[in-house]
Amino acid sequence: MKKHTLSVTVENKPGVLTRVTTLFRRRVYNIESLTVGATENPTISRITIVVTGDKKIIEQVTKQLYKLVDVIKVVDITDERSVERELVLIKVKADNNVRAEIVQIVDIFRARIVDIGRNTLIVEATGDSRKIDAIEESLNPFGIVELVRTGKIAIVRGGKA
Amino acid sequence: MKLKGAEILLHCLKEEGVDTVFGYPGGAVLPIYDAIYDSDIRHILARHEQGAAHAADGYARATGKVGVCISTSGPGATNLITGIATANMDSVPMVCFTGQVGSALIGRDAFQEADITGITLPITKHNYLVEKTEDVARVVKEAFHIARSNRPGPVVVDLPKDIMENSIEFKGDREEVNLRGYRVMKGYNSGQVISAVEHIHKAERPVIYAGGGVISSNASAELRELAEKRKIPVTTTLMGIGCFPGTNYLALGMLGMHGTRYANYAIGEADLLIAVGVRFDDRVTGKIDTFAPHARVIHIDIDAAEIGKNVDVDVPIVGQVKEVLQAINQRLDELDTYSEWNKTIDRWKEEFPLRYGTSSKGRIMPQHIIEKIYALTQGEAIITTEVGQNQMWAAQYYKYKYPRTFLTSGGLGTMGYGFPAAIGAKIACPDKTVIDIAGDGSIQMNIQELGTAVQYKLPVIICILNNQFLGMVRQWQGLFYGGRYSFTDISHQPDFVKLAEAYDAIGMRIKDVGDVDGALQEALKVSDRPVVMDFWVEREADVYPMVPPGGSLFNMLGGE
Repeated sequence: MKKHTLSVTVENKPGVLTRVTTLFRRRVYNIESLTVGATENPTISRITIVVTGDKKIIEQVTKQLYKLVDVIKVVDITDERSVERELVLIKVKADNNVRAEIVQIVDIFRARIVDIGRNTLIVEATGDSRKIDAIEESLNPFGIVELVRTGKIAIVRGGKA
Repeated sequence: MKLKGAEILLHCLKEEGVDTVFGYPGGAVLPIYDAIYDSDIRHILARHEQGAAHAADGYARATGKVGVCISTSGPGATNLITGIATANMDSVPMVCFTGQVGSALIGRDAFQEADITGITLPITKHNYLVEKTEDVARVVKEAFHIARSNRPGPVVVDLPKDIMENSIEFKGDREEVNLRGYRVMKGYNSGQVISAVEHIHKAERPVIYAGGGVISSNASAELRELAEKRKIPVTTTLMGIGCFPGTNYLALGMLGMHGTRYANYAIGEADLLIAVGVRFDDRVTGKIDTFAPHARVIHIDIDAAEIGKNVDVDVPIVGQVKEVLQAINQRLDELDTYSEWNKTIDRWKEEFPLRYGTSSKGRIMPQHIIEKIYALTQGEAIITTEVGQNQMWAAQYYKYKYPRTFLTSGGLGTMGYGFPAAIGAKIACPDKTVIDIAGDGSIQMNIQELGTAVQYKLPVIICILNNQFLGMVRQWQGLFYGGRYSFTDISHQPDFVKLAEAYDAIGMRIKDVGDVDGALQEALKVSDRPVVMDFWVEREADVYPMVPPGGSLFNMLGGE
């Protein structure tokens, strides 16, 4: 079963996110990640949902989403040429012996160090899911104290909206 | 002109063509009830909010119009829940207005506060919490539009007390509905229609499987044309009963768990299934992998999400059933020959009719009562049912002639639905005979509505098939749980005749099979109050035929 990224445009009204998540819960669809935020139009929000399922499940999810009155458009952008980004903040153990090594890794991933503590560093990275997975893996051996990762946001390349 | 929110609400209801509302007052809806006091909209006072909801539902199913009910906040609103869920599962157009505590108190656990938009989210087509008086007119318009269009369903509108009490300048003009996320479905894919016609022309053993969508789309005439043009046998779901006349030579009756043998056999042998306004429910299909195993499937439905949900479809057509059937009929060649297929089905009908045994204790057989009701009303009555054995016998042994004459809780299976729904239907259709076929268990779930029926002088007939059991559950316990009748013996029960009389209704007790006909005739003559008929029936009669849960349609028990 494949991960699909659905880009869902909805009315920017209170309660709309609840309607979407309630639908997923009730129909027992599995949300991998979900982000929601403003768009270029203040009356519209965009929800980006990553959901696992075969073609049939994704088709049902899409149709059920369309039945919600506040859902304007649903696009499965999994196979579209698109730019996808996630953001991660990783607090990693970093005493003097390993700091240089960590900085090197951060450079390779074109990530940034955004805070330096006595024994820890906070690393900020953006990228597609695979890159974020990779940086997490690379820093893991040093000891990750805390990690917070956003869901995915995505936009289709070219003129298509 | 300055108007209160509640006055605007009533004004909007009139504009939507509402003539009757069902409700129950309370603190949070005082402003609304104050406006109702001066209104010429008829308000029917239920005795429990659940009764109001089912009555609005019965009114809606009997007429096709939007049913309206009103309750107060908190417990009043939560009492509507079963009624809303019932309407949602059966796609019944309803708008339910619930009172809410004042805006300033929302979220503070105020007296009689409940998060009703949260609670009803998964059981409504849509819902609203109105945030300002200026929004009342728009929200009411949208609510009715959503409830009645496309696949109908219930809409809840939650109205905080201050929003109803506040006055604003109101000119009475209302904008058009403008919902960019909700479009009324028009048209269909004509390529698919052509493909459907080709399939129908080629089919040797076609079957029409018709459901509630035919009724909500008012497409009975079109369905009949399709069937008769090609001599295609028609089986209906529980929700579809009445969409095709039960007396027609092509009628197969109901299919599925308690369907006729010949309907289920026809599904098993069909090479083409024309599924119209149906959703391939588990009670219909039995084991899904063996449902219509030799058939190509044409599926016509207004709701795209129903297509491909439970079975794979060869020809999907999303659209208004009526419109799509018209398009198909137009392109269809008439067929004169009575095919081998038709003859095979006639043989099955002859060989495996619905049948039932006799009572060893000389008691009345419940099926006999339904047959008598049919004999006396000839398909002209509106029949409502409770849920369980009474419901299945009412579906099997009465021949329905018209759509909107069989009102039953099919999807949710709500005990206590039938009597309040009968009240709603009687108010909608005062000239029709309205009969609730009940069990002794179900009727006790909304028996308090006798008060309503007496107050409004509604001659609704309640036929209790009294076996002193929760019969359907007992039947399953008998078949699948070794006859261990755990808590289904309800012989400890009230005297229904006295109970009726306490409400100033008429009570009758019928113990002898020879009295059934006379008693029914007497009840049918009553014109000013409800009649409760307590029929003492065979205690352990079972509903047959039966497809055991999860079994294949052609492996039926009973009725051979």
